[in-house]
Amino acid sequence: MGISLDFMALSPYLGELLRGLFTTVVLTMVTTLAGLMLAIVVAYLRLNAAAWVGMALGGYVELIRNTPFIVQLFFIFFGLPALGIRIDAITAAFLAMTLNLAAYSAEILRAGIESTARGQLEAARALGMSSLQSYRHVVLIPAFSRIYPALISQCIIVMLGSAVVSQISVYDLTYAANFIQSRNFRSFEAYLLVTLIYLLLAIGMRQTFLLAGRRLFAYRQGEHA
Amino acid sequence: MQYVNRGLKGWKGALGVGVMALAMLASVMVSEPAQADTLAEIEQRGTLRVAVPQDFPPFGSVGTTMQPRGYDIDMAQYLADEMGVELELVTVTSANRIPYLQTRQVDLVISSLGKNPEREAAIDFSDAYAPFFLGVFGTSQDEPLEAAEELDGKTIGVTRGAVEDMELTEIAPQGTRIQRFEDNATTISAFLSGQVNYIATGNLVAAEIAERNSQRAPELIYQLMDSPCHIGMNKGEPALMEKVNELIAQALQDGTLEGMSQEWFHTGLPENFGS
Repeated sequence: MGISLDFMALSPYLGELLRGLFTTVVLTMVTTLAGLMLAIVVAYLRLNAAAWVGMALGGYVELIRNTPFIVQLFFIFFGLPALGIRIDAITAAFLAMTLNLAAYSAEILRAGIESTARGQLEAARALGMSSLQSYRHVVLIPAFSRIYPALISQCIIVMLGSAVVSQISVYDLTYAANFIQSRNFRSFEAYLLVTLIYLLLAIGMRQTFLLAGRRLFAYRQGEHA
Repeated sequence: MQYVNRGLKGWKGALGVGVMALAMLASVMVSEPAQADTLAEIEQRGTLRVAVPQDFPPFGSVGTTMQPRGYDIDMAQYLADEMGVELELVTVTSANRIPYLQTRQVDLVISSLGKNPEREAAIDFSDAYAPFFLGVFGTSQDEPLEAAEELDGKTIGVTRGAVEDMELTEIAPQGTRIQRFEDNATTISAFLSGQVNYIATGNLVAAEIAERNSQRAPELIYQLMDSPCHIGMNKGEPALMEKVNELIAQALQDGTLEGMSQEWFHTGLPENFGS
């Protein structure tokens, strides 16, 4: 086979790659934080708020979990302007990714919360902890620790899925790869490099989460998790 | 308007090939006059044979009536009418339009033909009869720009990797926000939904957008590349060339071309057209 690889052909596009990488990293960080916070709120309200709130949130979760991400993204970017709501590309990407991550994480989190015995919460209250304190320490953090591996995977899936936002002209890593291969036609080199970058990002993200987990769930040190 | 389909089908096709082979042999044996007078031939014959596209709207396509229609067909009809002869249309593809002319099966090629040195070596071109250009388009509220520097700060949608992307990237100042989309359809969606205020594309795509959505009909604000269409004819036809150019000039003068542009491209001729 006479395929000749020329990775030097990518060197003039280092700036584009860095710009794309920066966007992907920032988008992922902001989305992960916002998505997880929203997920906590959704999971809490679904279990504790009035029935109609739970129903509405259930509808949101099912809508997101049963439709393709790219369709959600296109709806926000191309569809909403018809209703007079115009959101620029990067904001649309942030919104779509956050809503997506929150819906999946809320379900994962709900499973963790539901597995906490009611009696534990009552015991915490009886010991004089405030309702917020007891919810945080007795329900939320143990719930997080139980579902943590699934949550990490979900966040990584959203980071990898962010490649789709290049379709609405967000200058992310995939956009950079598409741009480069439209200019120098070195698609193999461009996509191989970007594949490796995504791989490193995913590994890095998992390690960061595990490190944070060791801090967050320090009380479980020595415990057989 | 006569319509002849030159496809090769069944035994008729086989016969056609045989006849063509004989004709080619004959044309080799009978040496042609150094300077043919096709114009005299057309007038004598009473028909003008024109190669037109059938797969390239709005220049030429086969409509629901199975009759070719479009800018090129109207142009051919105009020439035939002005010459006072019948029109015979021969539908061609972009690959075989010049061979049809060179084998003298048609008198003229009116098939959105752009000029380039390779073609100019093979055939002659009339003056421009139709606009064909790439540009940055806005809406009716936008004023045309004087220079590329004025693109600064504007958000322009373009299809990634297309010629207009390359041209725009080349000339756009630093502050231009070029948003690249995967294909023409997505770029058009971005423009129609107002996600981008400007779109860089060809005048044909702009015409298509105008046809689909007249409220946001694109208006040219800056031209990126100009490659107008010319009528092709065989070399060594001064009389025919003079006649065709005269009729094009007349059509430009009396508004015939402007009307055709309005009908097929939903916009007037660009200001610099024909100059």
